[in-house]
Amino acid sequence: MRTNKKFVWCALAIGVAALMTASAYSGCARRPKIQRGDTAQAAIATYVAPGDLDESYLFYSGGQSGEVFVAGIPSMRHIITIGVFTPYPATGYGYDKESKAMLGGYTWGDVHHPALSQTNGDYDSRWLFVNDNANNRIARIDLRDFKTKEIYGPIPNVSGNHGSTFVTPNTEYILSATRFSVPLPKGTYAPIEQYATTYKGVVSGVAVDPKTGHMSMGWQILMPPFDFDLGSGGKGPSDGWAFWSCYNSERATGKLEVTSAQKDRDYIAAVNWKAAEQAMKNGKYQTIGGTKVIVPKDTPGVVFLMPCSKSPHGVDVTPDGKYIVGSGKLQSITTVFNIGKVQDAIQNKKFTGDEDGIPVLNYDAIKDAEVNVGLGPLHTQFDDKGYAYTSLFVESAVAKWKLGTWEVVDKIPIAYNIGHLCIPGSDTVHPTGKYLLALNKLSHGRHISVGPTQPEDTQLIDISGDKMKLLYDAFTEPEPHYAQVIRVDRLKPIEVYTKEDNKDPNAIWDVKDAGVARTGKNVVVKMVAVRSSFTPTSFEVNQGDHVIIYLTNIEQTTNESHGFGLVDYDINVLVDPGETRTIELTANKPGVFAYYCTKFCSALHQEMQGYMLVRPSAGAKAALLRTPLSAGIGR
Amino acid sequence: MPMTSEASRRFFDLNLSTRSRIAVLIAALMLIPTYLLPLWNMTLYSNQFPDGLRLDIYTYKLAGNKTPARDDLREINTLNHYIGMRPLLEGDFAEFVWIPLVIGFFLVFALRTVVIGKMSNLVDNAVLFLYFGLFSLWSFYNRLYAYGHNLDPTAPVKVPSFTPTLFGSKQLANFTVYSLPGPASYFMVAFFVLLVAAILLTPKTVRAAT
Repeated sequence: MRTNKKFVWCALAIGVAALMTASAYSGCARRPKIQRGDTAQAAIATYVAPGDLDESYLFYSGGQSGEVFVAGIPSMRHIITIGVFTPYPATGYGYDKESKAMLGGYTWGDVHHPALSQTNGDYDSRWLFVNDNANNRIARIDLRDFKTKEIYGPIPNVSGNHGSTFVTPNTEYILSATRFSVPLPKGTYAPIEQYATTYKGVVSGVAVDPKTGHMSMGWQILMPPFDFDLGSGGKGPSDGWAFWSCYNSERATGKLEVTSAQKDRDYIAAVNWKAAEQAMKNGKYQTIGGTKVIVPKDTPGVVFLMPCSKSPHGVDVTPDGKYIVGSGKLQSITTVFNIGKVQDAIQNKKFTGDEDGIPVLNYDAIKDAEVNVGLGPLHTQFDDKGYAYTSLFVESAVAKWKLGTWEVVDKIPIAYNIGHLCIPGSDTVHPTGKYLLALNKLSHGRHISVGPTQPEDTQLIDISGDKMKLLYDAFTEPEPHYAQVIRVDRLKPIEVYTKEDNKDPNAIWDVKDAGVARTGKNVVVKMVAVRSSFTPTSFEVNQGDHVIIYLTNIEQTTNESHGFGLVDYDINVLVDPGETRTIELTANKPGVFAYYCTKFCSALHQEMQGYMLVRPSAGAKAALLRTPLSAGIGR
Repeated sequence: MPMTSEASRRFFDLNLSTRSRIAVLIAALMLIPTYLLPLWNMTLYSNQFPDGLRLDIYTYKLAGNKTPARDDLREINTLNHYIGMRPLLEGDFAEFVWIPLVIGFFLVFALRTVVIGKMSNLVDNAVLFLYFGLFSLWSFYNRLYAYGHNLDPTAPVKVPSFTPTLFGSKQLANFTVYSLPGPASYFMVAFFVLLVAAILLTPKTVRAAT
């Protein structure tokens, strides 16, 4: 008994001592606190009262969702999602004839870097371009109706279109580059051992028609098999130049996390795109993969390499176009290059070597500063007061530093592991200085728990004062990379399509014009949707008929969209007010199939329905009987 | 004292004073805006439409407010179909043909009065116009009555027959409907008032003589 009592006392004493030590330790150790903003201040700064509007549009890239998310600043409320490279059933995108054709059979894309179109270096409120890193495409969203209007690609010879869609100051070109070099032309086999010599990258300028926005190949340049990463268009003194960072100048294969991180410096490729235009005009190109490609060793003066600290990620041109800022993610410095010095080095041939005939500029001759920003610097954005802000992935922070003095003046922790950051207008000649968005890769449970698959955390930071202040956490579906922001008053979207807007030759505006016409095995249904009915309310076809439904929503009121879901036929289309959509199907299943309005439109929305009756062809009844009931389950 | 037929004959034979003629001329000018401005306005407010669905009735056309985001006439017709009301179609209104003609007639009539300068013309003008105004109001009321009483019996939403309000406001399902005269109506009232003023502006020397 006594020993037992002694033991208990002993244990208690040890426990108390341990607790005291632990609390003392935690008291003096620099354990970071959970990041919070000043609640009242942040609430007032971000609260948008019911009935009030946000100040700006935020266009986030949706990463592997293949979509673009639209939110409001400062509320950070997600408002809509725009289907781009992926079918998006919510808006019927990818189910009607036009959008299906645009998707070209692909079911996903990897949207990384949205770019608003620019005129004279400012956003011109016309289009938003986004890249597809996976299937080498670029899409154009029209800001008049927030819809994807064109998908260009797969872009010839490009593999992993990551360094895209940054634009030149008058949207002459959208940048595009190879991240994963492959043997060219596409379809060529070469063993991995030949990577350094046979595999090739390309960098391109995709031309944009200034009137229609239509995209086509402008120029393309054959590059060594480096992994081209991010891009930036020059402006002002650097107008006419395009820049791409790259890692793996080692031309390594295998585990790149090791093999491509051996050299102390990789490169930023500087392309003189005016010279590239000239080379194209002068016929100085080879045809590879059906596309005209400039080969630098045969056409000097088009591309140069600027050494940049280890495995650079972001490359960003300052709003005045004077500096090119690159960050080596494996060093703690951000390097600032001076375009004047770059041009001087080119003029005076201050080269230290070449890569496949591309001159490598003398690092010391072109750099203005190495800024000691912190661990894992990725991207840099700029405000209107001459400050630069660099995201620090490893450190989970943003460093604010002064252009010219190269001094770090402030740092704010973020949650967690920031990738891109975005200051509205930073990539134009007129940046703003009110907000910074930290597009963080990991949220580590800062939200209510939703299981293992977690959202991203985009944080809104106030940069109007000397000290950066955290305002808001917005949890976003995977996965925003970069973002673009434009003031609400700069866009004037339409909300209904008028008769004049609707250019579809098969549009009808009166229920009297609705009807069914047959030519052989082709059945054309001209259908009207208006509260709360479809006209015709039913139509008959024969099994095997090719059916085209031109569906016009004749509403002329905001938000009165109608959906068209065809039961058992996997068809789902949304038709906005005044819009016509084409639904194409082969009536291969006999029977009676309901179509109904999928978007709640009115008090009698449920009643908005009809039937497609498919008369079985002679042999089909038997075939139907033979079909096991569970046929659909395994799909 | 009742006017004798002789006195009334003299009154109608009176030559209009210059001031009267000017008043009639101004009155004639008052009719010009009636070709440009709405005669009557109906606005339907509801929670969904805090800015109101707006319908303007002109002497010659029916015009719903049209913005890039909404066509109010189309919307009103879409909503009315639920209660089985016939769509408002411009072609259904003979008024849009005859009212502008009649107003044109009054304009010419007024100018004729200015030139001829006889009291009889002026009085005819005023009396006929008063009749025209009252007839138009009655006709308009009848129209409203017909729209509200000839509801399709198969309509999805059954409402008791009603007459949409001609003047003032009325609650109709989730809508508060305001119906008020538009600027053209005020110009027409001004026309009439000026004609009456013109009558008063000619000295009644005939009375002094008796």
